[in-house]
Amino acid sequence: MTTETTNSRRKESLRDWLLTDTPTSRRHAKLASAYKSWLRLRSNHMAMFGLGILVLLGFVAAFAPWLAPYDPYAQVLSDRLLPIGSEGHLLGTDSLGRDILSRLIYGSRITLYIVTLVALIAPVAGLMVGTIAGYAGGWTDTILMRITDIFLAFPKLVLALAFVAALGAGIENAVLAISLTAWPPYARLARAETLTIRSSDFISAIRLQGAGPVRIITRHIWPLCISSLIVRVTLDMAGIILTAAGLGFLGLGAQPPSPEWGAMISEGRRFLLDHWWVATIPGLAIFTVSLAFNLLGDGLRDVLDPKDGAS
Amino acid sequence: MALVEKQRNGRIKPPFPRWVNTTITTLASVSVTMLGLLFVTFIIGRVMPIDPVLAVVGERASQETYDAAYEAMGLDKPLLVQFGYYIWDVLHGDFGESLLTARPVGEDIARVFPATFELATLGTLIGIFAGVPLGVMAAVHRGSWIDQIARVVALVGYSMPVFWMGLMGLLVFYGILGWVAGPGRISIFYDGMVPTVTGMMLVDAAIDGNWTVFRDAFSHIILPASILGYYSLAYISRMTRSFMLEQLSAEYIVTARVKGMSERAVIWQHAFRNIRVQLITVFALSYANLLEGSVLTEIIFSWPGIGSYITTALLSADMNAVLGGTVVVGLVFILLNIFCDLLYKVLDPRAR
Amino acid sequence: MTYLAKLLTSAALGVAVGFTALPATAETPDNILVIANRIDDITTLDPAESFEFAGADVIRNMYGKLVNFDPANLEAGYQPDLAESWDVSEDGKTITFTMREGVTFASGNPVRAEDAAFSLRRVIQLNKTPAFILTQFGFTPENINETIKVDGNTVSITTDKPYAISFVLNCLTATLGSIVDEKLVMENEKDGDLGNEWLKTNSAGSGAYVLGAWQPKESVMLNANPDFYLGAPAMERVVVRHVQESATQRLMLERGDIDVARDLTPSDVDGLDGVEGVKIMREMRGRLMYVSFNQKHPELSKPEVRQALKYLIDYEGMENSFLKNWYVTHQNFLPRTYLGAVDENPFSLNVEKAKELLASAGVENLEVTIGVREAQERLEIAQSLQNTFAQAGIKVNLEVGTGKQVLAKYRARELDIYLGAWGPDYPDPQTNAGTFAYNPDNSDEANATGLLAWRNSWDTGGLTEQTAAAVVEGDTSKREKMYHDIQATFRETAPFAIMFQQTEQAGMNENVEGLTLGGAITAISYWPVTK
Repeated sequence: MTTETTNSRRKESLRDWLLTDTPTSRRHAKLASAYKSWLRLRSNHMAMFGLGILVLLGFVAAFAPWLAPYDPYAQVLSDRLLPIGSEGHLLGTDSLGRDILSRLIYGSRITLYIVTLVALIAPVAGLMVGTIAGYAGGWTDTILMRITDIFLAFPKLVLALAFVAALGAGIENAVLAISLTAWPPYARLARAETLTIRSSDFISAIRLQGAGPVRIITRHIWPLCISSLIVRVTLDMAGIILTAAGLGFLGLGAQPPSPEWGAMISEGRRFLLDHWWVATIPGLAIFTVSLAFNLLGDGLRDVLDPKDGAS
Repeated sequence: MALVEKQRNGRIKPPFPRWVNTTITTLASVSVTMLGLLFVTFIIGRVMPIDPVLAVVGERASQETYDAAYEAMGLDKPLLVQFGYYIWDVLHGDFGESLLTARPVGEDIARVFPATFELATLGTLIGIFAGVPLGVMAAVHRGSWIDQIARVVALVGYSMPVFWMGLMGLLVFYGILGWVAGPGRISIFYDGMVPTVTGMMLVDAAIDGNWTVFRDAFSHIILPASILGYYSLAYISRMTRSFMLEQLSAEYIVTARVKGMSERAVIWQHAFRNIRVQLITVFALSYANLLEGSVLTEIIFSWPGIGSYITTALLSADMNAVLGGTVVVGLVFILLNIFCDLLYKVLDPRAR
Repeated sequence: MTYLAKLLTSAALGVAVGFTALPATAETPDNILVIANRIDDITTLDPAESFEFAGADVIRNMYGKLVNFDPANLEAGYQPDLAESWDVSEDGKTITFTMREGVTFASGNPVRAEDAAFSLRRVIQLNKTPAFILTQFGFTPENINETIKVDGNTVSITTDKPYAISFVLNCLTATLGSIVDEKLVMENEKDGDLGNEWLKTNSAGSGAYVLGAWQPKESVMLNANPDFYLGAPAMERVVVRHVQESATQRLMLERGDIDVARDLTPSDVDGLDGVEGVKIMREMRGRLMYVSFNQKHPELSKPEVRQALKYLIDYEGMENSFLKNWYVTHQNFLPRTYLGAVDENPFSLNVEKAKELLASAGVENLEVTIGVREAQERLEIAQSLQNTFAQAGIKVNLEVGTGKQVLAKYRARELDIYLGAWGPDYPDPQTNAGTFAYNPDNSDEANATGLLAWRNSWDTGGLTEQTAAAVVEGDTSKREKMYHDIQATFRETAPFAIMFQQTEQAGMNENVEGLTLGGAITAISYWPVTK
């Protein structure tokens, strides 16, 4: 009893502290504004629904060994292609008699892995190229932007395919390939932001204080670019998942027997006519997760990027 | 789009009329981009662990046969020399010969590009004609059920794996319902019945006046085009909605309403008129995405287009074919971008 | 509403109406045979160069050969075709063929002994991949004018050793034995290429069909040759369309858009069971599925380990599940129906025995990589191997790539284990014996990349000599016995576990009659087909 009261009191005071109109420090102000954004996001039901799905996905991925009823790799050739709702196999079995539910659960780890890695690599690479180009200007800008244009002009899936083909099939290479196709838009975005920030008064002031370009870019320009990048990344997540699934579908993503969802569709498509669930269930899983990212991204955009004015 | 920015930034004092300058800069930057594109593709092709010689001679080849083919393909020369030869040939209009089809790549592309072009064009048209009205309605009736539907339609479009949708579409509309024809561009017995003029089945059949073939070709293309169209619809309706919302909240709209203009006139003659240019950019972008994004759809529908052409070529290290295909797709992409930039300049007074 | 808005609405309406008012699909016409098949492996239609399955199918129907198989009676072996009869010289080295009178090419030119000689010499001169089938008899570009001779209405070939006659004639039934129209081909010669460039996309034969059009990776269209010497075929046109997916082929067959579907998976064949108007035809083909163990690997080179791995394959489980009616267990390198083929399959899944063998070899914690190409049934087999190998404590990593990728490594002797398929090149036991059990020089420098034994660094332990002896044995029953012995040793000692032989399952329209796929020895024949 006592502890609970203390807790709730502390929470309340924390809430007051966060919602204050008179922040006591810079960190306080930052936290406060973040908290307000969170409150706004929380009122967006669709976005919260998306977030809920993603949290669930994270939970499933983290506790896969405890949640999965079977070993995702265990084959029982005599129990192959069992339909949905079979005894002991809630979502049926695949062509080698492996439990689809268990594979789906373990597959969530791969999906999260791909998404996380790409989300770390591509925007960071784009941010570096874009800010350097934008800040330095001149020849550096021309060259970097020309390279960006070259990669932008590439047919995306073809570039990814080419890279995977060059490096060999596998998840890590698929991640690299997707990152390679994903960075140019971030570079464009970061450059555009940098151009507006560069000429602003406060940057001039900092420069007058003797800060070098590296310091200016990393300490002052990057932080300002980040919020628009985050929105963009969240909205791009679905596309990343779909590209990864596409690579898996073409046999160039995760390798068997790995339960990657795109590869599962690819394996199941041969049975589409008589055993539709083998391909449909992973398809639905991909759809759900992409949808969740889209919903969250939409919500985040409303909160962080209000000028777009969507409902 | 970067092209425009560059010119705006680097405006000093034009020694020539402005359009001459613009044309030269644009041409130069296009050539540099294309050269870079080719170079990257070329390098990828050479570092790829797929052996192009094996693609030619097959599994059983003896070492002598292999070596002969290796030399005949010029692979014994240094990389840069090979690239130099290649560029030289391309400048003379020769894209080399495809290993897989034993034909000049130029000829192959002339055959496969119209197929993709036709598909992507129809897809984009479906996207435009369904997406724009949907987007406008959603913006006008913001928050209503129609806005919700538009939102769901768009989100589903953003989230659905295209290959899965293709498989399902084929199963339902061809396999079960029989509403549309199956994979491929045309039923086999109509193959070659109309002379090839443009390479686009629908157009060729129309030119020939052969409406039986036209109907058959239409029933083949409509399903893949609708599926691609759905994806472009999702994008176009979202963008239309957001552009319209911006306009509808603008002051001049309020003024027009106050002046007693009909709601329809306000929407179509004022707000919509102002987003035309932005919309065309969106169309172009969506079009470019369909052109390059149709790979998986083409594979599922046995559509002999450029996407599946490049993909299969790539997996057999048929680099002449890959390079040729990439150049064409890249060029279209760049040209569309330039077209949009120009459009902005001509139509949008703010961009001048 | 503005003009634009009206346009938008009417166009949207138009699309909607067009969408719902589509024509029902039609049946295929009576005189056209429409086939769905994967034909993306065709890269050339020149018989001296073509070496892929789909190409062999097309070429068999466009060209006659000196000796050929009768589709109505494949068991009878090679029969006279463009050669009416043949004689063998005393020393067994020269075969003289007498040409059939009055046969013409589709071009109208008569088929002469000169054309036959030209066609065979052309193979040697061009020296493309399949040329080894002829060069193994000692033909070289330098000696062809002496070894391949025309005399009036006869053409004679002289080999360097007295080979079994059946061996030589069987080789002539392969695709490269096709007789091309010398006049027509040489009219289209370019830069001394003997018409190679032109023949890639054209036909110059005397067979039942002529090439109408070949669109790579899309379709092949054949038109009947009304002057075919066995009578004009009933199907005036044959169209083979490339359809990648089995499910799609099945849908097209069910809807009557095609007459024959050739790449159906077992599950789609099951699905077609009971569909009205559709029948399934099964024919044993020559293709084998095998795994091989690289002898450069220190553990895999131990005899016990090789033996153990052969006991770690679930032949029966695979055969009865995802390979059902498609691949049948067969553990010998000669396909059933071949001379010398045996039907002994001693191995079955036996984890305990395998464990004992591994223990006696002192092998623990073995970790190997299996190279496999990206094809669904092979991936499934590989995953099954992964599963059963693991039961004996062997960890397997899969290395999946496109065919060319994996193959390049295999040819360079870099894979631990390779999962592959092998189809015979010509219907003589030598075709497989000469690659599985023959490796005269096992050194890296020999670079005998065409030999499977070499690719696995296997010094055959005496089988090379036995194989070389078998090809020059003139007595057929003795020769047969020799192959029995070679295979008995091979089964036990070779680093190859032959697993399955393919059965092709073609789904077809009920009214299609007379189609033969070619069995294990040749390719499909369209000319006897009626419907």
